[in-house]
Amino acid sequence: MATSEQSLRRKRLDRGIKARADTIFAVASYREILYLMLPRLVPVGLLLVMPLLLQGYWNKVLVYACMYGLLALSWDFLASCGLFSLGQSLFFGIGAYLAGAMNYYLHLPPLVTLPLATITGGIVSALLLSPVMRLRGVYFAMVTLMLPLLLMKVIETTGVFGGTHGLSGLSPLPHDAFAAYLAVIAFLLCMFAFRRIINSDYGLVLMAIRDDDRAVMSGAINIYWRKSQALFISGAVGAFAGALMTHHYQFLGMSTFALDYSILPVAAVALGGQGSFAGAALGSMILVPLSEALRALGGLRIAIYCMVLIVSIIGLPEGIFHFLERKYHQFETVSEVK
Amino acid sequence: MSGDPFLKVEKLTKQFGGVLAVDDVSFELNEGEFVGVIGPNGSGKTTLVNLITGFVQPTSGKVLFKGENITGKMPYTIAEKGIARTFQMVRLFYNLPAYKNLIIPLCSRRVRRLRGGKYGEKDDAAIDLLDDMGFERDSFVPYKTAGSLPHGYLKRLDLARALALRPELLILDELFSGMSMSEVASTLPLIEKFHEEGLTIIMIEHRLKELFRVVDRVMVLNFGEKIADGPPHKVMDSKAVKSAYLGIDVEVESP
Amino acid sequence: MSLLIYGLINSVILALYAVGFSLTYGISGLANFAHGALYILSGFAAWTFIHSLGLPFAIAAPLAILVTGVVGFLIYWVLLLRLRGIALAELIVTFAAGVAILELLTWKGFYGIRYSLPLFIRGGVEIGSVAIDYQRLFVLIAGIALVILLWLFVHHTRIGLAFRAMAQNERTALSVGIESDWIGSLSLAFGSALAAVAAMVVLPLGVMESTIGYEVLIYALAVAIVGGLESTMGMVVGSFLIGYGQIAAAKYIGAKWMVIVPLAAIVIVLAIRPSGIFGKYKELEERV
Repeated sequence: MATSEQSLRRKRLDRGIKARADTIFAVASYREILYLMLPRLVPVGLLLVMPLLLQGYWNKVLVYACMYGLLALSWDFLASCGLFSLGQSLFFGIGAYLAGAMNYYLHLPPLVTLPLATITGGIVSALLLSPVMRLRGVYFAMVTLMLPLLLMKVIETTGVFGGTHGLSGLSPLPHDAFAAYLAVIAFLLCMFAFRRIINSDYGLVLMAIRDDDRAVMSGAINIYWRKSQALFISGAVGAFAGALMTHHYQFLGMSTFALDYSILPVAAVALGGQGSFAGAALGSMILVPLSEALRALGGLRIAIYCMVLIVSIIGLPEGIFHFLERKYHQFETVSEVK
Repeated sequence: MSGDPFLKVEKLTKQFGGVLAVDDVSFELNEGEFVGVIGPNGSGKTTLVNLITGFVQPTSGKVLFKGENITGKMPYTIAEKGIARTFQMVRLFYNLPAYKNLIIPLCSRRVRRLRGGKYGEKDDAAIDLLDDMGFERDSFVPYKTAGSLPHGYLKRLDLARALALRPELLILDELFSGMSMSEVASTLPLIEKFHEEGLTIIMIEHRLKELFRVVDRVMVLNFGEKIADGPPHKVMDSKAVKSAYLGIDVEVESP
Repeated sequence: MSLLIYGLINSVILALYAVGFSLTYGISGLANFAHGALYILSGFAAWTFIHSLGLPFAIAAPLAILVTGVVGFLIYWVLLLRLRGIALAELIVTFAAGVAILELLTWKGFYGIRYSLPLFIRGGVEIGSVAIDYQRLFVLIAGIALVILLWLFVHHTRIGLAFRAMAQNERTALSVGIESDWIGSLSLAFGSALAAVAAMVVLPLGVMESTIGYEVLIYALAVAIVGGLESTMGMVVGSFLIGYGQIAAAKYIGAKWMVIVPLAAIVIVLAIRPSGIFGKYKELEERV
């Protein structure tokens, strides 16, 4: 008998625990509970503890990361609705300018400007983008790209709200740790809220609008009203991030409309994976500290975000989060084919 | 207002560039009627539906529903008023469970207004409706992913989506295309039942035998024009319809 | 009078910016948002050839055009190949590539007065009471020639027709034997080369820095959107509208408002009449 070549076959199997625990959440043992809860509890716990552990520079990095995280979450939310924005900096800048102006000219304290800027920012963003929300993805993206640049140039040319130099000496937040906790809690709340919303019937309608808006229209649903609601929600989250940053750095300037704030959220979601919000969070938690570590490289950082973006879109379209999620739930074995 | 016909289409015309898809079509419908619309492929039937339901803007003409002018309004506004439709190319969300497809119309203001139900009861309503349509609840069929269901089920799901709106006027666009005889046989009584309960129905079909069994009035379109309108047997006897379906009128010469 | 002439020159410059972009996006349906970056990249390439390799401008310029064309070709094969058909991804990826190129250039220090390309001809002439330098006249002639060539190419050559076929209906084009990837990469290469041609002609008028890359992209996009995609006539009309609009804004409102005109034009046109002036397809709106 001739020796037969052994051919090997790779198999991917769900872990036993996942097969049992997947859809039925009445789990049977502590081990299964831990299996489900650990990936959720550990990062959240870490984030909640970090403001106490980090001081000074790295505390600022944490705030930065949560801020970008909010922008990424807001991008992911809009994307779930079919609206792909290349201009998160629009929401960011609007929130920044609203909070900064209210603080500078009206002397309102941060605890008042923050909520006001959030809500008003959401309304203004929704109003600005409503005329173009009926456009197909590419063209909507173009408008979102141009609007912040337009606003930036208008501010530069007319010199309003401090013009090129901006406004400084704005009121700070009570305490560094306060700012950090505000950022972290807002970030976590936003992520959980978005996940809940998307999994609800309301979110179902939004995602259906993305997949087939004519079918949704035949179901007597005003898709444009729903889209503007999504714009308001995302805009408000982005505006909050902008308002927070303005008070944290006590400075208001044109740079809030810069490309950075538009590109990094997209890169973060591309890296982490669109649709799960956890991917957006993961992506920003990786990119922001990384970029801070590479601070010395200056303008090259944006080039790096861009390359991360490109590589993620082409090489790993599902994103890191989905990849990790799959790996967590599966294991691979190699077996012989007999 | 009470003297107005249920649906009135007045000289409706649609031109796509050089093509006249719908040519000066007019008709009236009374409440509770069950009307069929037939015609060769490309005769403008689907365009007519799109014009009535707002998916396409007419070049000229008017559509009046219960006396109200709905010409050119947005599809969701028209659906809100009580006109529902199915699609020739089934438009479903294949990655969702079957019953979730119904959640979308159930989320509309119209249904909330009519049902007055509490939030959170939509799932039950969806499963109930599907169960009535033949998706056996006990076999968990409504929970299956829409993409995994056979074609006949998909067409009925599309119908369920339209019915979930609790419409007053239902327009069916080739519902039976692609369905087997048994599927048609099980779906037809359903539609008849809804008609008996007061639903006004316009049914576009190619399967004339089944259609003529249920409708008492038929309209025939050819090249966008309405060439006949009346009881089925009279319409099928008319010269215009015969030449449309069979080509040039041929006189049989006696040898 | 001076308004008329400066407006004309500005419009032709805008048309030069837009020609390459129009070819790839409007005609082949491929979004190359690295257009502006390629424009300025060719300028810096020519500068490097002149100053580091000692080549005369007459050789450095065509070389830079060739190099840029090759870069465009590569952009297709490396970036766009796997994303064909997903218009949004094409936009994002090429835009990111453009930004990466521009930021790399800035980081390497490519800005400042010493970065400029030599003029073709020195000296000037007076028309009416307006003084115009020969370079600007050259730009005028080159721009008009290029637009005419583009029109002829797109409407009368086989490759040009192939480009348009691909934009209109890729499946049919494939079934007729037009190799989508090959044509796509050619279209991108041509578009990039045209950007370089425009750069060689226009950059000598001033100093080079990477922010020009962003500006050129915005101008090209504005011309394409205002005039309507897939229309050469639209490109011409768009350039003139924005060109004269900019000069008028500079004269009557303030020089700083020049750059706001194209930005505002994009936003306003997309909000009110998305297909542009000569746009043939109303496919920009979801409802159709």
